[in-house]
Amino acid sequence: MITGVRSRGARFRSTVFGYANLLPFIFFALFPFYFMLITSFKSNAELYSLKSVPLWIQNGAIVEHYRYLFGRTEFLTWIKNSLIISVTATSISLVIALLAGYSLARLRFRGVGSFGTAVFITYLVPPTLLFLPLSQVVNWLGISDKIWALIVTYPTFLVPFSTWLLMGYFRTIPREIEECALVDGASRMQTLLRIALPMAIPGIVCVILFGFTLTWNEFIYALTFVSQSTNKTAIVGVTADLIRGDIYYWGSLMAGAVLASVPVVVCYVFFLDYYVSGLTAGAVKG
Amino acid sequence: MAIGSRALATADLRGAGRLARAREWWEQEHVFGYGLILPAFVLLACLVAYPFGMAIYFSLSDYWVGSPGAFVGFANFRDIFGNEVFLQTVRNSFVFTAIALTCKAVLGVWLALLLVRNLRGKRLLRGAVLLPWVIPTALSTLGWQWMISAPGPNWLGMSGYAMAAVITVNVWRGLPFFAITVLAGLVSIPREYYEAAEVDGASSFERFWHVTLPLLKPVLAVVLLFSTIFTFNDFNIVYVLTRGGPVNSTHLFATLAYQTGLAGGNLGQGAAISLFMLPMLGLVVFFQLRYIRRE
Repeated sequence: MITGVRSRGARFRSTVFGYANLLPFIFFALFPFYFMLITSFKSNAELYSLKSVPLWIQNGAIVEHYRYLFGRTEFLTWIKNSLIISVTATSISLVIALLAGYSLARLRFRGVGSFGTAVFITYLVPPTLLFLPLSQVVNWLGISDKIWALIVTYPTFLVPFSTWLLMGYFRTIPREIEECALVDGASRMQTLLRIALPMAIPGIVCVILFGFTLTWNEFIYALTFVSQSTNKTAIVGVTADLIRGDIYYWGSLMAGAVLASVPVVVCYVFFLDYYVSGLTAGAVKG
Repeated sequence: MAIGSRALATADLRGAGRLARAREWWEQEHVFGYGLILPAFVLLACLVAYPFGMAIYFSLSDYWVGSPGAFVGFANFRDIFGNEVFLQTVRNSFVFTAIALTCKAVLGVWLALLLVRNLRGKRLLRGAVLLPWVIPTALSTLGWQWMISAPGPNWLGMSGYAMAAVITVNVWRGLPFFAITVLAGLVSIPREYYEAAEVDGASSFERFWHVTLPLLKPVLAVVLLFSTIFTFNDFNIVYVLTRGGPVNSTHLFATLAYQTGLAGGNLGQGAAISLFMLPMLGLVVFFQLRYIRRE
């Protein structure tokens, strides 16, 4: 009885405490996006006036910056490039990682452990360590300045990550089911495709989502390997080509930043739980 | 005609026999296993291991963009060690990593403790918190740049403030990773421990210190190690926000390597600079393999 009364009061206080303390974090997380959004709708006069209030739109919202983006820049080409690169690189990586992940999680052969470790180490190697030599490799392959340069290099960080993630999913499938299939005369490839694959679908969805997000957001390779404007990705196009000389056109810059984030945000909104589980699996299961 | 069809049949039979033998060979566990990792192996060998070897070779040569270099031994390393900009970058990297990591760890654990409560709209709250991690960093950093420099003083032109800004954006971007992963760790702690501690009359701080924190240690260690690598190797935020300036006060290894190796064309020295990220990486890999994967 007494504990019941106490815990009701305590629970109320704890709820208020929880929300009150979360508020600054939510504000911190979301405010920059709000600021970017309102900037993209402000007129230039208001943007650069010292007397204007930065926190909301005073003189009416305009879509001039968006119109400029579509009419006078290569924005749509950049979006198209990004889509092609992300979808292709993710698909290639998914196939390679599925095969490798299954092999490393399920099959017994010499060297399986050390290859698993090698995958883990390459997973930790940051792109910033490899971009200089890779820029030369891309040159030699004759694909520098083309979107192929990115389709070929993005699997270098996607495959280790995806293999690692999928290994975790394959390990959770009971071995007996596959053994039964093998005894019944199914080939190993059939067992992989018909039994293991369907059970790893959550992992596959995770790989697709992360692959798309990581490739869409990638910056240093895209900045380094491609300099021709019509072959740029959305991210590099917006950050590099909307700034002419030292002049920043903040309205159109923010409009570009908002629009180029949309594909990722849409994925995120629909598959939030996969992002959360993939994020923790990638790090914690490792 | 009869002979022809018989010849065809035997050829078919021989083909079938060969096929059966090939299939048998392929069905062996080790052959199948090696076969499946082959594509990944080729990819990682050609596009990770080989470039890595090249980076080491570059660092020992006077390789410039467009001109084949000659082996020069440790000359590049000698040069960069005598370079004030490089020494400044080393200092920057450690200051940046230490402060950003501490903020992310402390705030991340605190945020995870708040998120683990059974509040209404839990899913929405988590979604909002994770958002900075999902949005392309280069673009959100542009947003920050505008927010910081929008009509008013040129904060990013002052070295102390510029470093503070770079750290703030890094914390903003990396906090979700910490919070969400620690949250997963918190959820896995059995409730009984807390109930037992409560029966013993432990205060909420004591419960945190003696129950939560020790049980969180493995997760926290992994997150810290991962985050050390990503923070130490940061490129996007510094490149977009300050380009390493003002007067090199925010350069990190990656941005300096980019500026020297690509913008400046001195690939040898650029590679030597980027290799300085390696000892840190090696240390982290060592700890990961030694202590964490053992469990």
